Amino acid sequence: MAEDVVKESPFNIHPMDQFVTKPLFGDADVNINEVMATLQWYTPTNVTLWSGLTVLVIAVLFIFGTRGRAIVPTRTQSVVEIIYGFIRSMIVDIAGEDGLKFFPYIMTLFLFILFANVLGLLPMSFTVTSQIAVTGVLAMAVFLAVTVIGFIRHGFGFLKLFWVAEAPLALRPILAFVEIISYFVRPVSHSIRLAGNMMAGHAVIKVFAGFAGALGVGSVVPILAITAVYGLEMLVVTIQAYVFTVLTIVYLKDALHPGH
Amino acid sequence: MAIEGDIAQMGALIGAGLATIGMGGAAIGVGNVVGSFLSGALRNPAAAGGQTATMFIGIAFAEALGIFSFLVALLLMYAQ
Repeated sequence: MAEDVVKESPFNIHPMDQFVTKPLFGDADVNINEVMATLQWYTPTNVTLWSGLTVLVIAVLFIFGTRGRAIVPTRTQSVVEIIYGFIRSMIVDIAGEDGLKFFPYIMTLFLFILFANVLGLLPMSFTVTSQIAVTGVLAMAVFLAVTVIGFIRHGFGFLKLFWVAEAPLALRPILAFVEIISYFVRPVSHSIRLAGNMMAGHAVIKVFAGFAGALGVGSVVPILAITAVYGLEMLVVTIQAYVFTVLTIVYLKDALHPGH
Repeated sequence: MAIEGDIAQMGALIGAGLATIGMGGAAIGVGNVVGSFLSGALRNPAAAGGQTATMFIGIAFAEALGIFSFLVALLLMYAQ
């Protein structure tokens, strides 16, 4: 429906086409709705391919980075050590020493999101984290894990998280209502923030690329703009991986120390 | 029938455009967070380093609402 509108405009830009999930094998030119209807849970799609590539890149970096175990680290080993130390100090700063038990999970989350984002910036590639299905699963996993950990650690004392003891007694039920809503909105905002940022940034690059195709000689201007936006995107991509991880740790801190 | 469809589509596109106004609110919010952080950080640079994570969390919360308006625009344009 909206595609008809885009086709009639002088600039033939399809900024959202890069986010379509396509099967890897089979006809590429079939009507997109028919393709979507034939997708099964086991169909290998470009999401499958690029998540696999992400895991492969991380594995290669970390296996080759830590192979030498040198006391004076090589360049690759320094990269690995910096990432490790960065996440570790972040957990200790926010959630305290007992948060370190969950270090492997948080490190995995950070690495997967960071490398999926960075690989998505390659031309002609696909951004796994631009799919709300993918980020939704990541955020729901964090949400469920935090809730389960909270109840295991504190039993029903975990519900003190919603009962703000410092507030005046008359305000507490209202605050509890607000706190409960904000608790259940967490997975939604957690996932949509990442997917929305990735989608918006990549669509902006694609829109400028469409201008470059339409303007002929004047396309120098949009190409310069793409360069600038690309630099900005490198920053956004890293900050979003960082933000997702920090929020995970903050939620984890709520489960470990539910008192305000 | 075709005209009615066109009018509905026009309404959806206008609504998508209006939804982007919400991004301005997110811009104000993020600007406030970073501006306040900077003015605090320049008064006491020694304490600034420890608060960077808090600043990013604040940015993330402010920005999420702008992303919601972007999402509403997308839903209006594509999910019908």
